[in-house]
Amino acid sequence: MASLISCPHCGSRPKEEFTVKGAALARPEADADEATWFDHVYLRDNPRGLYDEYWHHTSGCRRWLVVTRDTATHDIAAVRDAADKKEAAQ
Amino acid sequence: MRYSALSLLMNGLRGNASWKPAWREPEPKPHYDVIIIGGGGHGLATAYYLAKEFGVRNVAVLEKNYIGSGNVGRNTTIIRSNYLLLGNNPFYELSMKLWEGLEQDFNFNAMVSQRGVLNLIHSDAQRDAYTRRGNAMRLHGVDAELLDRAAVKEMLPFLDFDNARFPIQGGLIQRRGGTVRHDGVAWGYARGADSFGVDIIQNCEVTAIRRENGKVLGVDTNKGFIGCGKLAVAVAGNSSQVASMVDMKLPIESHALQAFVSEGLKPFIDCVVTFGAGHFYVSQSDKGGLVFGGDIEGYNSYAQRGNLACVEHVIEAGKAMIPGLSRVRVLRSWGGIMDMSMDGTPIIDKTHIDNLYLNAGWCYGGFKATPASGFCFAHLIAKNEPHEVTRQMRLDRFERGYLIDEKGQGAQPNLH
Repeated sequence: MASLISCPHCGSRPKEEFTVKGAALARPEADADEATWFDHVYLRDNPRGLYDEYWHHTSGCRRWLVVTRDTATHDIAAVRDAADKKEAAQ
Repeated sequence: MRYSALSLLMNGLRGNASWKPAWREPEPKPHYDVIIIGGGGHGLATAYYLAKEFGVRNVAVLEKNYIGSGNVGRNTTIIRSNYLLLGNNPFYELSMKLWEGLEQDFNFNAMVSQRGVLNLIHSDAQRDAYTRRGNAMRLHGVDAELLDRAAVKEMLPFLDFDNARFPIQGGLIQRRGGTVRHDGVAWGYARGADSFGVDIIQNCEVTAIRRENGKVLGVDTNKGFIGCGKLAVAVAGNSSQVASMVDMKLPIESHALQAFVSEGLKPFIDCVVTFGAGHFYVSQSDKGGLVFGGDIEGYNSYAQRGNLACVEHVIEAGKAMIPGLSRVRVLRSWGGIMDMSMDGTPIIDKTHIDNLYLNAGWCYGGFKATPASGFCFAHLIAKNEPHEVTRQMRLDRFERGYLIDEKGQGAQPNLH
């Protein structure tokens, strides 16, 4: 895996500075039905290839980032601030 | 050929020229009663018990690589049944009982060594937690013993007992736990299954699953189409990939876990010992190498290798427990891909497709479960109903709210 992550605020930083939350999923509406919430909380696409994840820059700017990473090669394709992510809430 | 001291002697006298291969290398037949995808420990054990215990012998095991190339040959070889929860403990204890009779059962030396598994205690709270766990184990009829500081010191005097932050206050030991030679397990089950007529087909990758009217017809592979009556999936690490062939989305993420072995040393650790203040576990192999490991990497991965940050983390935890490790050189490390489930517990269940069965979600505890996983999965496939000890390991437990969360972490797979 690339050992450096290019934080949009701090620049290129070692990955040890970050905490991984996991899949960057769009949060359903609070009153969404049970099946939607079940899917959101428990089911994962778990792809072999590009994947959007939430990473927290714990030892840096403390911003939540969306890191697009290849799960087979560990290459990082893109990093952006989570606030810039367009959430397609269902 | 049955292995025995006599067969060893006679073959030795004949110059070891008459040993036969331990299993055949057959071409796939057009149709099997049961196809098992995945020639790892669990798949091979399933085939073995299907044939031996449940009389289902028209079985094929399809492995995309060579058998034992996945997680069964990539773990730290530890066996134990020191689980707390009702949904887990009887299952792992069944596994322990099967380990105890395994070598006689499949006539293969898997080097089962019940050298004891010791979990260290560093605080009062941790002693309470381990006392509870030990009591739960004993209520299930499993051996557990709480050791005080002096008893641990007598066993392992070289631990850092007076570490300023994490002094060692005692430990919980399961003396029946220990280690097994992991490759031997794959080979033993393969040889055993083969002797009952199971076809083990290596370098045979499943590329698609054919369905008709809600039933599986068979699988497309790089060796052509193979039909089946029932299809069983035991491909931990790649479960989501295979499930996606039938449009299923699983409560699983794939994560990389590393294991390490040091240079050979004279004997000094005669049990398995785990650090209680971090994630680190170590034993010493018969060749003298220290075999150890720690946490998963924390991010989804399908690469069978880890990252240096995790290497550093594991070695730091190890050195905090055994200061002498700072002088030991690591020989090699390797990675395997874990099916991390949403509650840290595996799934052995039927699916919404009538003749498709799923064995998945082993997190990083799959090796110790190999015999019971195979036995219970074979039971499910043959009888179409779960074995008594896997009744709670259902695929729909997440939806129904009956999670088996041993660690109490919730739906956050990288923390289990």
